[in-house]
Amino acid sequence: MNFFTHFGKYLLMLKGMFSKPENGKLYWKEFMHQCNEIGIGSLGIASIISVFIGAVSAIQTAYQLVSPLIPKSTIAQIVRDTVILEFAPTLVCIVLAGVVGSKIASELGNMRVSEQIDALEIMGINTKSYLVMPKIAAAIITIPLLVVLAMVLGIWGGRMAGSMAGIIPKETYDAGLLENFVPFNVSFALVKAYTFAFIISSIPAYYGYYVKGGSLEIGRSSTTSVVVSCITVLLADYILAALLL
Amino acid sequence: MIEIKNIRKVFGEKVVLDGVSHIMETGKANLIIGTSGSGKTVLQKCLVGLFEPDAGEILYDGVSFTTMNQEERKLLRQQIGMLFQGSALFDSMTVEENVQFPLDMFTKDTHAVKHKRVNEVLERVNLVGSNKKYPSEISGGMKKRVGIARAIVLNPKYLFCDEPNSGLDPQTSMLIDKLIYEITREFNMTTVINTHDMNSVMEIGDNIIYLKDGKKEWTGNSKDIIFSDNQNLNQFIFASEFLQDAKQMRMMEANGGKFPGQGNQ
Repeated sequence: MNFFTHFGKYLLMLKGMFSKPENGKLYWKEFMHQCNEIGIGSLGIASIISVFIGAVSAIQTAYQLVSPLIPKSTIAQIVRDTVILEFAPTLVCIVLAGVVGSKIASELGNMRVSEQIDALEIMGINTKSYLVMPKIAAAIITIPLLVVLAMVLGIWGGRMAGSMAGIIPKETYDAGLLENFVPFNVSFALVKAYTFAFIISSIPAYYGYYVKGGSLEIGRSSTTSVVVSCITVLLADYILAALLL
Repeated sequence: MIEIKNIRKVFGEKVVLDGVSHIMETGKANLIIGTSGSGKTVLQKCLVGLFEPDAGEILYDGVSFTTMNQEERKLLRQQIGMLFQGSALFDSMTVEENVQFPLDMFTKDTHAVKHKRVNEVLERVNLVGSNKKYPSEISGGMKKRVGIARAIVLNPKYLFCDEPNSGLDPQTSMLIDKLIYEITREFNMTTVINTHDMNSVMEIGDNIIYLKDGKKEWTGNSKDIIFSDNQNLNQFIFASEFLQDAKQMRMMEANGGKFPGQGNQ
């Protein structure tokens, strides 16, 4: 199948998600379940990555700023902006593409192969609405929250690392954070987070929903979905940066 | 009653179903039999709407399924129960939750009413005491019975079973056959069973359609099959010497203890 066939099928899947729920209560339950799986389930890995990204940024920035003319507080500004603009939304979403994406693709793939999706269809349930929609909606709600958390933890990681390594005192770091702060950067990061959340949930959902074959194909489609999601995230990252900055 | 009129289905170059017509009767076990690749699974999937036929018509009690829109199909599907080859139980749910799922989705009954109905159907399929077990904790035969319980919990008018005996030992197969047959009679359902289990054919075949290379080759019931002179059917049904002997025995029984052609002396 070529790119356009996949893309057309993907759009049809998205279109098929919008129908009146057979039972709103069960759809809500499934949505909350997915919020828990995607949001709470990824909290640990997102937190760990963010702290270390911030810490490493602080140390490497200090390593490169050798001139005594540049004030130490610049380190905090650089860490803040790189974490907010790039590391928190993009890097966290790339990692989540692996964690959440493979989970979505393998879950739906397994349901397809074991005929559970057919069973739901025969019951008269719109499986695109019931299985795909809550996953995408949950990702769009929870992933931007994780990104905001990642921003905070990343900046805090830089503060801790700078202080522990004796590079920059905490007070100087805090003062640096407030210098030349552009609130638009946070809005830009959130636009990226929403876009990436949609990408890393809908693409794996497509690959899982339409898988054909057995367990080998589930693994293959899961891997493909992660690769395609990551590439699409990077492409979207470039397009958004070119358009909005 | 389900009426099939000239169903045709093509995949690429291959004609899988070629002008199949048949009537599936209410209150009877309607069997679709045939060798692997004969088109029986495709026919069943066309009947439930998982595949769209390229030509022909399917009528559910006189109402055309083929021309229904998605909403109409959704409503009809609430009257359809299906038992899948691999049972298709939801892994993350217990036996009880699996059976209760259609009730949760399509009824506004209280939890107590739903719970009572779940226990009724689980009792009907002899699965008392397994409510809290997960599909991974029960045997293949039990999974099939949970599948049947889930399929009948909404009192469907039509029951479809895709190879209900596959992967089961002969004794469990017979129990499943018996259960499906009893349920069909008890609830006056139109049951369509896709099988190549010869025991099922002989025991519960009220109305059998034999497919060969996507075409209807023969139709009749389990009694007719013994006396059929259709060579393809005989090769398919009585493939082994043991089954050929069994056929001779049945024919002798029907002929008053004499071999066919052996007159009264």
